[in-house]
Amino acid sequence: MNTVYDLKREVEKPARLTGGHRLCAGCGAGIVVSGVLRALEPEDRAVVVNATSCLEVSTFMYPYTAYMDSYIHSAFENSAATCSGVEAAYNALKRRGKVEGTFKFITFAGDGGTYDIGFQSLSGAMERGHDMVYVCYDNEAYMNTGTQRSSSTPAFARTTTSAVGSAQHGKIQNKKDLTEILVAHNIPYVAQTAPIGNLKDLHTKAHKAIYTEGPCFVNILSPCPRGWGYPMAKLAEIMKLAVDTCVWPLYEVEEGVWRLSYMPKKKLPVEDFLRAQNRFSHMFEKGNEWMIEEAQKYVNQKWERLLDHTGA
Amino acid sequence: MSKCFSGNEAVAYAMKQINPDVMGAFPITPSTEIPEYFAEYVANGEVNTEYVTVESEHSSMSVCIAAQAAGARAVSATSSCGLALMYELLYVAASCRLPITLACANRALSGPININNDHSDSMGARDTGWIQIYAENNQEAYDNFIMAMPIGETLSVRLPVMTCMDGFITSHAVENIELLETDVVRKFIGEYHPEHYLLKKENPLAVGPYDISSYYMEHKVMQAEAMKSAKARIREVASDFEKISGRHYDLFEAYKMADAELALVLIGSSAGTAKAAVDMLRDNGIKAGLIKIRVFRPFPAEELALALSNTKAVAVMDKSEGFSSNGGPVFAETRSALYDLKKRPHLINIVYGLGGRDLKTEDVEKVFSRLADIAVTGEASPVYTHMGQRQRSTT
Repeated sequence: MNTVYDLKREVEKPARLTGGHRLCAGCGAGIVVSGVLRALEPEDRAVVVNATSCLEVSTFMYPYTAYMDSYIHSAFENSAATCSGVEAAYNALKRRGKVEGTFKFITFAGDGGTYDIGFQSLSGAMERGHDMVYVCYDNEAYMNTGTQRSSSTPAFARTTTSAVGSAQHGKIQNKKDLTEILVAHNIPYVAQTAPIGNLKDLHTKAHKAIYTEGPCFVNILSPCPRGWGYPMAKLAEIMKLAVDTCVWPLYEVEEGVWRLSYMPKKKLPVEDFLRAQNRFSHMFEKGNEWMIEEAQKYVNQKWERLLDHTGA
Repeated sequence: MSKCFSGNEAVAYAMKQINPDVMGAFPITPSTEIPEYFAEYVANGEVNTEYVTVESEHSSMSVCIAAQAAGARAVSATSSCGLALMYELLYVAASCRLPITLACANRALSGPININNDHSDSMGARDTGWIQIYAENNQEAYDNFIMAMPIGETLSVRLPVMTCMDGFITSHAVENIELLETDVVRKFIGEYHPEHYLLKKENPLAVGPYDISSYYMEHKVMQAEAMKSAKARIREVASDFEKISGRHYDLFEAYKMADAELALVLIGSSAGTAKAAVDMLRDNGIKAGLIKIRVFRPFPAEELALALSNTKAVAVMDKSEGFSSNGGPVFAETRSALYDLKKRPHLINIVYGLGGRDLKTEDVEKVFSRLADIAVTGEASPVYTHMGQRQRSTT
């Protein structure tokens, strides 16, 4: 890998996720996937593993695949186990001289397939130590079925199963901190990133994850225009706000060492992130100021804790 | 080579001789010993299989699917709730046309939880698209596992194969069995050369698409056709196997059926008990016979109809309760198979042996005695009954 990141050079590489897939305009998933796959060295092959998700139904609708690499989808809750099976086959066939070249194994799953239904499969694969990368494209709800709450959905967010009414104000619980749970697996590399700016942070972390031996986990925030309620053209802006409000901090944990990847010049109020999305609109109604205060308090707590961990 | 092996060790030994690329391993009674034996082979360097100790049966089947799609030979073993947890993936394996081999030590399903033998686990998976081959004893458990790959991997079939044996009765009982030499097994199995696989460098492959209604039906029809062609392949492999082992296998075993007027149809280890009863009845001049179904998927309908065409009364014995209120799964298939016969025997269904309830030769004799009555009176009612349970007190 060239040590200096050059966006122009990166985007001129032949695309491994080709155009013509069916993801929505303004969706983060396509940027996440093409960004991660771009971190593969051109001479290396990959097997892409996918949980049932928007991504799966949009990128591999029979008889068309959007992937230049081999790809397998099996079910919703087993993408980590599936990836471990491909890796196991690779080890066995390599040992027996039946496969040529270097293959890398990369799983993509949404937050439903990762935080919730695929959690056991993920934990098992990470503990077993397969040489694989698991990427969660986190859009904070079950988007493929029409925006139902997941354990990744933040508090107060309106989803179709955490409704807003006089007796309930969207999701009751806070978002599960999956990245920290993966850190607790003591795997070689865990990172949290988002496709912002020139994609350098995402690229660097994806490359590190792919080329670090052993199980690596990358959690990538991936906004959804339909589920979050923002105009398609605002995708980049929303992602930047998530990072600058510290709702979604960028950091990595390499061999147990925490490092903050990005310190906002000015930490913006959470309100700025919330206001930009329809799923939080009820928080801005008169009398609901306490919701914004609570959301800010929670983000502050998490951020302070992260700063403690990273020593930043 | 003769060895004293339990059914589990016989299957594990077959796996060792095959030396598969990948094994998904997870414990569940009574199949647990299979991955245990295999762990020793791994530790001793007797195999160089990638031994993946997963965190659930769901993941062991997921690993097998992925490994087989990647171009490897994958195996696993399970029982009961483990097979039930795999349920979703069993369909995925079959529809992706991946010839995985799974050993099932049959055990009752929860609840209530019960660790003993019946066929409710694999019968529940009968419509998943897997070939199902059942063993009567340890020898058959060993032989069936060795025949599985040449059946499943054939181009015209390309389906996963489940080899079943009765939990504890077969999986844990120790018997003398004849083993083949490892080089003979390896030659019989051959190398696995799929046309397309994920790790084929020169030609990437995409597996497991979102299949819309314009294509799904065609894919399912192709799968159904593959299951139909499996029947001929199973017989062909059995014939090749006979050449190396001297042991004869077919879709089912017809025991003293040539002139039988009264017959049983059943699956698995109960055949041993039933054969003993048939012998005793034959000694008393009763024309009794037995059909032991070996291959339940694909179901040998025409062959079975032919084998039963000259009988007067037949009892189909189901070792699982399907809760259809109309009899067990073996009965439903058998009755359907006999429908096209010009002259049909009287048919009854007896559900027995659930959760490890014993079947004795006396029980089998009672069934034949009822069949004898039916043959004379023509009165088969009630057609569907249970056997071996305590009677409820009427007071």
